Amino acid sequence: MNRQLATGAAPHIPPSVTVAGTMRQVLYALVPGIFAATWYFGPGVLVQILLASVFALAFEWLMLKLRKRDLRLFLTDGSALVTGVLFALCVPPLAPWWISLVAMLFAVVFAKHLYGGLGHNIFNPAMVGYAVVLISFPQEMTQWLLPRPLAPGAPGLLETLGIILGGAAPAGWDAISGATPLDSLKTGIDSGRIVPEIRLAAVFGDFGGLGWEWIANWYALGGLYLLYRRIISWHVPAAVVGSVVLLSLPAWLLDPGSNPAPLQHVFSGALVLGAFFIATDPVSGCASNRGRLWFGAGVGLITLAIRRWGGYPDGVAFAVLLMNMAAPLIDRYTRPRIYGQ
Amino acid sequence: MKQDLRRLTRAAGTRLHHFHGGLRLRHHKQQSCRLPVARPPLPSRLTVPLQQHAGETVAACVQPGQRVLKGDLIGDGECQRGVNVHAPTSGHVEAVSQHLLGHPSGLAGPCVVIRPDGADQWRARQPLDDWQSLAGSELVQAICQAGIVGLGGAVFPTHRKMHHGQAARIHTLILNGAECEPFISCDEMLMREQPRKILAGARVLQHAIGAERTVIAIEDQMGAVREALEAAIAEPGAAAIDLVCVPAIYPEGGERQLIQVLTGQEVPSGGYPSDIGLLCQNVATAAAVADAILEDRPLLERYVTVTGSGVREPRNVLALVGTPIADLIEFCGGYAPDAARLVIGGPMMGYSLDSDAHPVVKATNCVLVLCHDEIASPQPEMPCIRCGECARVCPAQLLPQQLHWQIRNGLWEDAGASGLRDCIECGCCDFVCPSHIPLAQWFRHGKGELRARRRQQLAADHARERYLTREARLARQQAERAERMAQKKRALRDDAARQRKVAAAIGRAARKRSADSEPEPGP
Ligand code: SF4
Ligand code: SF4
Repeated sequence: MNRQLATGAAPHIPPSVTVAGTMRQVLYALVPGIFAATWYFGPGVLVQILLASVFALAFEWLMLKLRKRDLRLFLTDGSALVTGVLFALCVPPLAPWWISLVAMLFAVVFAKHLYGGLGHNIFNPAMVGYAVVLISFPQEMTQWLLPRPLAPGAPGLLETLGIILGGAAPAGWDAISGATPLDSLKTGIDSGRIVPEIRLAAVFGDFGGLGWEWIANWYALGGLYLLYRRIISWHVPAAVVGSVVLLSLPAWLLDPGSNPAPLQHVFSGALVLGAFFIATDPVSGCASNRGRLWFGAGVGLITLAIRRWGGYPDGVAFAVLLMNMAAPLIDRYTRPRIYGQ
Repeated sequence: MKQDLRRLTRAAGTRLHHFHGGLRLRHHKQQSCRLPVARPPLPSRLTVPLQQHAGETVAACVQPGQRVLKGDLIGDGECQRGVNVHAPTSGHVEAVSQHLLGHPSGLAGPCVVIRPDGADQWRARQPLDDWQSLAGSELVQAICQAGIVGLGGAVFPTHRKMHHGQAARIHTLILNGAECEPFISCDEMLMREQPRKILAGARVLQHAIGAERTVIAIEDQMGAVREALEAAIAEPGAAAIDLVCVPAIYPEGGERQLIQVLTGQEVPSGGYPSDIGLLCQNVATAAAVADAILEDRPLLERYVTVTGSGVREPRNVLALVGTPIADLIEFCGGYAPDAARLVIGGPMMGYSLDSDAHPVVKATNCVLVLCHDEIASPQPEMPCIRCGECARVCPAQLLPQQLHWQIRNGLWEDAGASGLRDCIECGCCDFVCPSHIPLAQWFRHGKGELRARRRQQLAADHARERYLTREARLARQQAERAERMAQKKRALRDDAARQRKVAAAIGRAARKRSADSEPEPGP
């Protein structure tokens, strides 16, 4: 009774993880933060997510088609979707639709596929898209809605759609929009006021911005879920948050008048989102754990520097892009020692 | 530095350490441990390959038609390069011919085909009862005669390992019972059923290499093994042997990883455990040594785990070398309907065969039959997303994603410098890769390529050296020839001069003589 069987290479038990599965987990982990953001800033958040996702997938499809890649395999890997969603979470909820279009064009076509597609991009696509539109359209990109408690007349879904798709200026725009907390801080400090005084404004909450701090909390919860599922390692988030706290602490202790408190830094802007979801992007980050610590610390440091001295109120996106450039170098100098050598 | 390491490794097993990475795998071992070990019926034909070890093929020393007794030498390894092969049972040699070896290379090799006569009649045996009074080298010689190789899977000739050991002055013998691959349970069953034999083998080995102590390492989930060994160690007259339970993390049973766990020290890259005063042997090898020395039974059978969901009655069997794998599977109830892959070894490092006609060899520790849904890959290969998981689990502390890239792009020098040779091919990286890149396969291929290049390089170096020496020799010869010519010429010139001188002298003399005797013709 001899039997012929098909052969295959070891290991013979297949891996249980997949790229698509990993990306799916990332999307799940973003859900609490998305809910919180929608609660505070209205349905515009969801519309932006939808728009960016559609554009991202459309460009992905186009590029795969042009590059003659396996459409089903790569469209379902979820990477374009994650890019779209992450970007959407960084734009103002009422930004016009073409902002997403331009951003996803640069993210998916230029930053990703022209570098060789999944796995080959040097820069984080979502942040490339974000940086491009932030530099090109500063006006649209800095008009934020006030969080729900401060803007009772915020637009509903239909009105939101009208604003985003039709470009209609919302009624009573001035009453519901304003500077982000980070923006107010920056302009306040620049005009010589002291931080405790600036923080009296209604946009500030207990330690960060009103609303923002809670959204950040929910992002952090999602991040912890990713840690628990071992989708990300603790090194990057810990290094980002740790470096921000450690670096801003002395300045704040020495001169609390002109320096925001460490927690203010952590809970404003995109820092928590960046620490858990953006700087942890494996493709454009560092591979070894030691390298990830350096990478995260660099992101924290550059973010602080931009917030303090730069021309933009928040610096997470630029910090991540700059560290993306440094990643290969860091990888070189943080190689693990080989067993027995 | 080596001296320091030697000193540090003396405390082997007193405290446990960690090795980098590794995986906690579902071990699937119970299924083959339920039934006791059994001996399948004598097969109608035994195909015994002449090369069953890491090294060179040995020559057959029997003729077709010849009758052999159980334990007769049929392949003479001469103990230098090869390893002896013995007749697994009594019978007639049917042929000495080429057969496909159950090996991933798919190559054929010389085999002795024996038709058993059913008597299973032993040759005369002379156990070395006085082994304690023998010198280490004599014991090593006896081990060599018995054709023993490492039974953990690497099949390195045991006597050669011991030669190394004797030269390197081993202080601690480590018996490896940490069978970390899922599914495999042959060592576990051996330790449960024959603890005394293993301890006896350990004593012989320890005596032969002059080690000071012996440590047996087993996995902490092997409760029954622990009881059996502890009972055997506690018996009066048993030697003091330390039993250590190590946590079950794959690939703990790898020699280098086990040493790291027991001592906290690493075997130097490119070196041997003996460099740091240790000798590592598999428990089954120790049992084989006991058989060889105390009963004069050469290595001609072994415990084989036949398991997997593709086999109806998984169990361990005591199989003669040369038994067709098909026979073992039949003995274990045959294939399940959806059996899809036949693997020799474990699921992480074993290789798959296309046919079950291949024979059991000394290296065959496990016959694993997997079903379709166990092997089907859920997704085809994707590009590396640099997630770093592979580096996190790599016990050799390599960067598999980088190595893979270097191999794919043919950067052999870089791959060598990145430690490709230190890869133990454990497959951990492969198992966790979300992009399903067959990393381990790339590394096996890469290591083969590096070896081939190395050989080529050596050959080229040799050739160049030969060329240079030849050039030098030719140049020297030419110079010598030129020198000789010159000498000759000089000599000739000298000769010519002398001759001219002589001739001149003769001429002068003649003239003088003629002038004296003959008057000058008058004008
Ligand atoms: S596990 Fe796979 S995808 Fe991740 S870094 Fe390693 S090779 Fe790349
Ligand atoms: S197969 Fe090689 S590279 Fe992969 S984990 Fe094992 S030792 Fe590391």
